[in-house]
Amino acid sequence: MEASFYHAKTRYPGIFGWIFTTDHKRVGLLYLFSSLSFFAVGVSLGLTMRLELIRSGMHFYSAQTYNAIFTLHGVIMIFLFIIPGIPSSLGNFIMPLQIGARDVAFPKINILSWWLFIMGGAIAVTSLFTGGGPPDTGWTFYVPYSIRTGTNISLAVFGVFLIGLSSTLTGMNFLTTIHRLRAPGMTWKRMTLFTWSIYATSWIQLLATPVLAITLLLLIIERNFGVGFFDPAKGGDPILFEHMFWIYSHPAVYIMILPAMGTVTDIIPVFTRRNIFGYSFIAASSLAIAFVGYLVWGHHMFTSGMSDTARIIFSLLTFIVAVPSGVKVFNWIASLYKGSIRMNAPLLYTLAFIFLFSIGGLTGLVQGALATAVHVHGTYFVVGHFHYVMFGGAGFGFFAGLHYWFPKITGKLYEEHLAKLACFFLFIGFNMLYFSMFVLGWEGMPRRYYDYLPKFNGPNLVATIGSWILAMGLIIMFYNLVHSLFAGNEAGDNPWEAASLEWQTTSPPPVENFAVQPVVTKGPYEFR
Amino acid sequence: MEENTSHHVATRTFVFVWIALLCLTGLTIKAAQMQMGEWSMVANIAIASVKASLVLWFFMHLKYEKRLFKLLLFVPIITISIIIVLTFFDIWYR
Repeated sequence: MEASFYHAKTRYPGIFGWIFTTDHKRVGLLYLFSSLSFFAVGVSLGLTMRLELIRSGMHFYSAQTYNAIFTLHGVIMIFLFIIPGIPSSLGNFIMPLQIGARDVAFPKINILSWWLFIMGGAIAVTSLFTGGGPPDTGWTFYVPYSIRTGTNISLAVFGVFLIGLSSTLTGMNFLTTIHRLRAPGMTWKRMTLFTWSIYATSWIQLLATPVLAITLLLLIIERNFGVGFFDPAKGGDPILFEHMFWIYSHPAVYIMILPAMGTVTDIIPVFTRRNIFGYSFIAASSLAIAFVGYLVWGHHMFTSGMSDTARIIFSLLTFIVAVPSGVKVFNWIASLYKGSIRMNAPLLYTLAFIFLFSIGGLTGLVQGALATAVHVHGTYFVVGHFHYVMFGGAGFGFFAGLHYWFPKITGKLYEEHLAKLACFFLFIGFNMLYFSMFVLGWEGMPRRYYDYLPKFNGPNLVATIGSWILAMGLIIMFYNLVHSLFAGNEAGDNPWEAASLEWQTTSPPPVENFAVQPVVTKGPYEFR
Repeated sequence: MEENTSHHVATRTFVFVWIALLCLTGLTIKAAQMQMGEWSMVANIAIASVKASLVLWFFMHLKYEKRLFKLLLFVPIITISIIIVLTFFDIWYR
């Protein structure tokens, strides 16, 4: 048996063996460690915001500090945690294993992506302490405020630009890998649906991210050289910024959620011991979401002053994107039906994912419908909605994947009952925290405000208590995983008795993944 | 792995394409002088698209690539085109 990649000799010693590695598994772990570190910072910022909002009135910090903190919370969570969360960490580690490749197509570009990601993150963090102080625009950097504010926007935006470049390179790398490096017998219909979701995601990363890069560069040029792309006084159009920003950022929502959908799709068959229901439809729905996701960005702009014609068209298109998402949810439920269910932690997180994502998706329709969107736009309803989709969806999908592939990545088993306890805390805390926001939003509490009317005190208190329970769940979950890393029982190569290719090699895998080149003769979910 | 690197394209073809690009540039200037209002943008984008297609097809050898590569390029181009068209539903009707 070959030594695991942890113990294999590297070109450089110690930590340099990691930061100069070209092994996709090490790159995946670098991403995992760094994005989880950013996640910890984002959670801490979120908790302080909830603490400030526990009752109406000023408690701990000023309004300007609050503006900077919610901006930073958004930028870190979106660009430094959720976007790279599944595709760059779990995708990097697992996808090449699932298709029987020895590495990704461009290993050096792979590590370059991580460097760009870290540099972008460092520059974004540096923007807090230099220039005119922390950015206070919200993570969307909307003009005209982002042009006029004296805070350090240009540097923060440049950091996000680098992170975008990293994301584009990863997308290109994965696309080439999936097209060119599949093992003999690994036909498109024998790929796992996680790999399919990574494939669809990569297309979005490759094609949509450059639009963000252009937009951010235009913003930097406008701020520094006074060119009037977006300033109406100079003949520019502020709504153009919103168009360009959301042409990227709406597809980016699918960069976040598609890999999570792929993750739970891989988990369900393993813990129900039956083939996935509707393989082709799930694969096609990933591509359909990726495609239609490009065409719905205008639903973020219903109150921006965009034309009525455009508003109606975007509202219609938004409803279309709900169809492939619905296809997935129904297929997951059909796959659970009459399965021999093993209620292990990955499946528990998966069920939480389906429940929370469904609420997130359905409340999305409230905002996709033009008339109701105008009512709830800019309120806490929107904050509740996107946390249900992004945290309840992408976040819980990530946690599910983390538990599912933990034995493969580390060779260790975690404490099952602690994992379930953490899931319970997370689920309860999550719903207290974010469902309260639906209520607050529906009653008219605006988002991004530092203070609120005393009549909103009740749900805000529930939300803040929920945030503590949620944090407790996170602490239990990460304590369990980190403790198991050092003291967990040996997992064996295939503890879940899964059929897909990544489980057919050793845990953790050797440097080039398989001792002998695998030849694939059956689908990823055929257990008999 | 097969490589598609050597193609014997007649110099004449390149010259024709070059002349076509020059003519289209002239057409762009002409279109700008015709005061077509909001259709001026459509004319410019259409001419620019034809020019880009010629460069891709002949100078960048897309013509000699496999069907898969053509498809992989074609799908994003269609997507981007739809995106641009959608923005006009705002700008024209605002």
